[in-house]
Amino acid sequence: MSGKDREPVFPTRQALGIMKSKLKGAQVGHDLLKRKSEALTKRFREITKRIDDAKRKMGRVMQIAAFSLAEVTYAVGNNSIAYQITETARQAKFRVRTKQENVSGVFLPAFESFQVEGASEFGMTGLGKGGQQVQKCRETYTRAVETLVELASLQTAFVILDEVIKVVNRRVNAIEHVIIPRTENTIKYINSELDELDREEFFRLKKVKGVKEKVQAEEEAERQKKKKSSSDKENEEEAESKNVLGDEGDEDVIF
Amino acid sequence: MALDKAQYKDREFLAVIGDEDSVTGILLAGVGHVTDPPDSQKNYLVVDQKTEDSTIEGAFEAFTTERKDIAIVLINQHIADRIRTKVDGFSAAFPSVLEIPSKDHPYDPEKDSVMKRVRKLFGE
Repeated sequence: MSGKDREPVFPTRQALGIMKSKLKGAQVGHDLLKRKSEALTKRFREITKRIDDAKRKMGRVMQIAAFSLAEVTYAVGNNSIAYQITETARQAKFRVRTKQENVSGVFLPAFESFQVEGASEFGMTGLGKGGQQVQKCRETYTRAVETLVELASLQTAFVILDEVIKVVNRRVNAIEHVIIPRTENTIKYINSELDELDREEFFRLKKVKGVKEKVQAEEEAERQKKKKSSSDKENEEEAESKNVLGDEGDEDVIF
Repeated sequence: MALDKAQYKDREFLAVIGDEDSVTGILLAGVGHVTDPPDSQKNYLVVDQKTEDSTIEGAFEAFTTERKDIAIVLINQHIADRIRTKVDGFSAAFPSVLEIPSKDHPYDPEKDSVMKRVRKLFGE
């Protein structure tokens, strides 16, 4: 336990306090991130469902649009309209802009289509014949492209959310499986080291006390002996009896 | 997070890679744009039977990585199939690549690169 995977700290009470607050922080962060990840996943599932629907809808819309284009080709009579259209395209009238939407701290872009002001580009298209069909076809396709833009923003949100969820989950896992166990290990290590120190200290105190008691007991025994002998020959060695060890006045040494 | 505003601020055009009918129709909606000369770049590519795969790849590359003003790339699904590895390999958020059905080829959700990811995520 001591060697593997803990932070390089000295086993002191201060470090223990730091580690404890770190563990608490990691747990709070883990909870928050987990909740965030759940919120994002919920959103993500919603979006995937909408993409699924939108993709199917797109199939129908494009079919209608293709049919209206077929009407135009039929009305115009030949296929020259395609060349006309591809060659007259100069400035885009239909453009998109991006706005942001904030989902629990993640900015999801959403495309928004808009028409640039100005004269319609294909004013001359179908002037000879089929002008009405061209007009209708253009409206149909504009709507179709709007659907596509909507779908594209869903798809972009999908891609971004996918990425963000991966990042958040990676963090959650890192906290859960690396940071928290490591901090707990460090706390355990510090605690065991501190306990060890405590035991050492206690043992030494006990040892010191034992030595002192032994010395005292010897002193006592000596004194008793002296007392006995002094009661035999009174007053003779009175001065000596006091000072057998010569350590009076010495302070006890405590380590 | 992980998203820089500069990445998409200037993106305002759509690009199309498709067969003649799809491109015609979408351009009719007013999507077509040609940048100013001298390097007048079109934002559409008409693909027919004779178009080489390398040309499509080049256009796809140009629309997705080189040009910074394109927000959405529309590509016909049967054309995307021809450069499938490139389309599947593209995973950035911008521009977003959209596979659309064409007149002759109905839409097949099984092939779509995004739908593939969706299904993979839900373990189907």
